[in-house]
Amino acid sequence: MEAIKIHKGTTLPLMNNNIDTDQIIPKQFLKNILKVGYGNHLFHDWRFLDNGSPNPKFILNRPEYKDATILITGDNFGCGSSREHAAWALKDWGFKIIIAGSYSDIFFMNCTKNGILPIVLPQIAREKFAQLASNDEITVSLLHQKVICHDRIYSFDIDPTWKQKFIDGIDDIELTLKQEHKIQSFEKSIPIFE
Amino acid sequence: MGRTLFDKLWEKHVVSGKNGEPQLIYVDLHLVHEVTSPQAFEGLRTNQRAVRRPNRTFATMDHNVPTKDIFNIKDQISRKQIETLQENCKEFGIRLADMGNENQGIVHIIGPQLGLTQPGQVVVCGDSHTATHGAFGSIAFGIGTSEVEHVLATQTIWQLKPKTMGIHLHGNLQTGVAAKDIIMALIAQNGVDFGTGYAIEFYGDIIEQLSMENRMTICNMAIEGGAKMGMVKPDQTTFEYLKYREYAPKNIEKAIEYWKQFFTDNISDYDTIIEFDVSSLAPYVSWGTNPSMAVPINGILPKISNINIQLAYDYMGLKPAIKATEIPIQWIFIGSCTNGRLSDIKEAAKIMNGKHIAKSVTAWIVPGSRTIKHEAEKLGLDKIFKDAGCEWRDPGCSACLAMNPDKIPAGIHCASTTNRNFEGRQGKDARTHLASPAMVAAAAIHGHFIDIRQKEVI
Repeated sequence: MEAIKIHKGTTLPLMNNNIDTDQIIPKQFLKNILKVGYGNHLFHDWRFLDNGSPNPKFILNRPEYKDATILITGDNFGCGSSREHAAWALKDWGFKIIIAGSYSDIFFMNCTKNGILPIVLPQIAREKFAQLASNDEITVSLLHQKVICHDRIYSFDIDPTWKQKFIDGIDDIELTLKQEHKIQSFEKSIPIFE
Repeated sequence: MGRTLFDKLWEKHVVSGKNGEPQLIYVDLHLVHEVTSPQAFEGLRTNQRAVRRPNRTFATMDHNVPTKDIFNIKDQISRKQIETLQENCKEFGIRLADMGNENQGIVHIIGPQLGLTQPGQVVVCGDSHTATHGAFGSIAFGIGTSEVEHVLATQTIWQLKPKTMGIHLHGNLQTGVAAKDIIMALIAQNGVDFGTGYAIEFYGDIIEQLSMENRMTICNMAIEGGAKMGMVKPDQTTFEYLKYREYAPKNIEKAIEYWKQFFTDNISDYDTIIEFDVSSLAPYVSWGTNPSMAVPINGILPKISNINIQLAYDYMGLKPAIKATEIPIQWIFIGSCTNGRLSDIKEAAKIMNGKHIAKSVTAWIVPGSRTIKHEAEKLGLDKIFKDAGCEWRDPGCSACLAMNPDKIPAGIHCASTTNRNFEGRQGKDARTHLASPAMVAAAAIHGHFIDIRQKEVI
């Protein structure tokens, strides 16, 4: 997993509430058995017209936003299906950070496994970011838990353990397997009713 | 200070970690399907890791499978995904209810049906509707593919303990009002994220009277209210359901003694409580593009108060102030992990018996598992549906998510016993209306929703 400490980048606003993972990556793209290549299908049904050509009105298709790395969005982002393909698609497209009002619990966990930092900030801050020009950069410091936008600084909360995982970019499984003795002794205590 | 059902279950499964920090939780049962597992198995291979406890892992294919001509998968990518699961199960020594096997079906239907799902467990699966299994008094939740890989390799998962919410269901349900209506009304009244960050326990007289099938319907849709776990304390109904099932404990009496410790001590132990009187509850139908956009059948569609509602009307081709009974229905789907169990199919058959669906309607009935299909056929229910003009199909997720050939055409209004009415969920530009099995069956006959509490209209 790629580590995140400080990130500077431009934003892309998609301010609807309750954007579900079916919209982020529709089911026809879940058939792949790889983890890469989903970026082309991110927000597919909003991004492409019925004839398959890009919808020029949809923000992801506007050339000035193609280098955005920070997604600004509404409440309950990533609700619905547990498909990690949603996180893979956002990452593959180039997003490194999401700033939302809230997240679904499963999607939040999927972000933490893929080096996408899910930040929660109130609407007033997100509305301000949504007004930024497409080439206006903001800075996210995970180390200091702050988002810096021009002369304003917004603090955000994050669980210390998840924070450390982002900073270190460590493989979870490796970490867990170090606790093998604890797992083994736990397994001996499981009741069996044969 | 006592503890809730959830607290007791959680404490029994902590392998390591302190309260207030992410804790390592032991997983008793890991259910696997073809869509969210290939990358996880690939990760194991890359890192030369094994599946730690194959005997705590059970797989089936459900999302991609055709419900007609199941051995002839025309979509090559779907076929590849199914074959990949077959190969992975063989390589890693995992039990598989394979294509055509008697036990094959929707993963959340077969877990309980086989007695794999039991009280006191932690159950995970790479699917958000894993909440279903909480109906047995277990912690059950959906996980992503990285977590699937983690569970395969370690039989554990890192989780932050959620807060607890008690939902007290009381009063008397009117005839014609179903478990589906209870959970749909809760979501309509509290929103699609009221449960985020919570483990929900449903309790009260109503819950105690409900069958396991109905409890599963309610827990299944906890995720549509944002809660990744919904649960019910195990009781005599739970124990009776489990007796004699293939994978239930052999010494069931001893197991029951153990399971009886899992209940909430005092209602004051929940972090928050929702009171819900079901006495005046009417059947619910959804009109919009998320499960909270739903109204009672005797209600009218809401006015446009924000952009999200406007967008939903645009997609659904509907407008404010029309009656719920005026929504035209051209297609119906009965099935899914929400309402694809035998009791659901019986409810629908009761309505369809001796009737015929409206000429303008196409109807698909998809049992949740092959066992359910065969049980229904023994009861002659397939004949009732066929005589009524419905298609009786093989088990699978089918048109609930339309990853397989079963798709609702663009612009068509489909009354559906499923769980999500998101844009494009049942097919590109398809318009989903969630409702109970009996409500959907009645809509098929009339070509629009009706209030099934009024007997004379059926």
